[in-house]
Amino acid sequence: MKSLSHRVVARLQAGMQLPDLNGTRYNLLRYLAGGGMGSVWLAEDTLLKRRVALKVLDLAAPADDLDVRLLSEARILAGLEHPGIVPVHDAGTLADGRAFCCMKYVEGQTLAQHIATLKLPDRLRLLQRIAEPLDFAHARGFIHRDLKPDNVMIGAFGEVLVMDWGLAKVGVSSLEAGETEIATAVQPMQNSLPATGQGRVLGTRGYMSPEQARGDIEVDYRTDIFSLGAILTFMLTGSAPGELPAASGRMPRPMRAICEKAMAADPNARYQSAAELTADLAHYLTGAPVSAYSESLLERAGRIYAQHRTAVALVSVYLFMRLLFILLARR
Amino acid sequence: MTRHSLILAARSKDPATRSWAIEAIAAAYWRPVYKYVRMKWNIAPEDAADFTQEFFTRLLEKEFLDSYQSSKGRLRTFLRTCADRLFMNQVRDSKRVKRGMGSAHLSLDYLEAEQQLATELRSGSPEDSFDKEWVRSIFILGLARLQASCESGGKLIHFELFERYDLEEADPKPSYVQLATEFGLATTDVTNYLAFARREFRRCVLDQLREMTTSEEEFRREAQALLGVKIA
Repeated sequence: MKSLSHRVVARLQAGMQLPDLNGTRYNLLRYLAGGGMGSVWLAEDTLLKRRVALKVLDLAAPADDLDVRLLSEARILAGLEHPGIVPVHDAGTLADGRAFCCMKYVEGQTLAQHIATLKLPDRLRLLQRIAEPLDFAHARGFIHRDLKPDNVMIGAFGEVLVMDWGLAKVGVSSLEAGETEIATAVQPMQNSLPATGQGRVLGTRGYMSPEQARGDIEVDYRTDIFSLGAILTFMLTGSAPGELPAASGRMPRPMRAICEKAMAADPNARYQSAAELTADLAHYLTGAPVSAYSESLLERAGRIYAQHRTAVALVSVYLFMRLLFILLARR
Repeated sequence: MTRHSLILAARSKDPATRSWAIEAIAAAYWRPVYKYVRMKWNIAPEDAADFTQEFFTRLLEKEFLDSYQSSKGRLRTFLRTCADRLFMNQVRDSKRVKRGMGSAHLSLDYLEAEQQLATELRSGSPEDSFDKEWVRSIFILGLARLQASCESGGKLIHFELFERYDLEEADPKPSYVQLATEFGLATTDVTNYLAFARREFRRCVLDQLREMTTSEEEFRREAQALLGVKIA
């Protein structure tokens, strides 16, 4: 039996990781990232002469659902045309049996990199933009289920993109019946996705809702609302929820209340849509009261003062002068 | 042989089946075990060889594998722990195995393992070495499968090209044009044959690994470890 040196073994190992692109129109350029079930590669589409991201599973999956799930992701992305959702160009199976999905290559920054220089209002506006494609997907019956800072990219033109819909599933639309054509079209495929519906825990700790962490079968789009709250917490404190409990103490109370409401253990106690959450953020940004927080009289006065500082100052000066005038007139 | 069958066969009540399965397991694990005890306990080559024989004899006698549960950990970690336990027991009982005592009588090339130990840089812990040797063994067995498959399928030239280009340590490597001239092929054939051989090799290695595991979940976990090379 032929022996192999460690050097040759290491070279063979590296070679086995490479996607077998024979017979495809893609040329491999470089490794981009790895995940739990596969890796992402930068490739060139030789036909259209453009760079693309190829997501390739580590293994062919004859007895598993991973290839079905990757195809499901491709179909979900194809059905969700939104500027905040990374578009898919192609999907299929490589010569070595591994499933792949070809997507737009997004050059930009991760959320963590991008927020480092942003002030609070800009961070809140950014979260609103993350919530937009989520609200769009929820309205069509899709749930992301793996929202986390790593899955949000800020493109070169400032576009905000929600990535990695590999764990997405078809749930109940947040819109009325009749507006769920896409979900209905994908529904038969969803039925062949046993692993995402049999109580297996999929997601990322810290950003996963309690019901998802328990492996509940009936998670709905409000699991994404929880994750949005966790991302908001990360954007405000720099840490995932639960990692640095003291950090949340430095947040303004209404903002902390928004995070807490979004991340309520009971889905019924959360915001009931991503739009509802962003509306509360908009209220906070304009100094209006937020639905998540009942303020005291003093806090309300303080907020109104902060919101109308010039007008309050002018009225105060006017009242003071008037009082002074009355007092002087009585002498 | 069915998938994931090797460990189950090693637990079989039929002695012939069990013996065959243990030999297959030994083919993948004797190098890791031998080099591990040499490195960790710093024992003489002859003692390490005796220990390795004894270890697989115990496996054959179903002393170890019966208590293995894939849900509790990887087979290779389990076997390494078994090797530790056996060694400690032998030391405690001051009852080193006499040469030839083991009944498995596996024909193992300890000389080659010694040569590798002498020439290869000893870096990392004995545990790391065990894992590296395990990867090497799986690849060696995968390669043997590829050779057999190419020979039986009339594709020996594919294997020879693979050997020449991917397995030799020559630096610089021969170009595809040189190989085409050497083998009397068109350059495009060299590209296609090598692509085929690499694809088949990947399949053979993963098939080998699948047989060494007891469930699809364990297989996936081990495949991640086997293929888990992050390419920068």
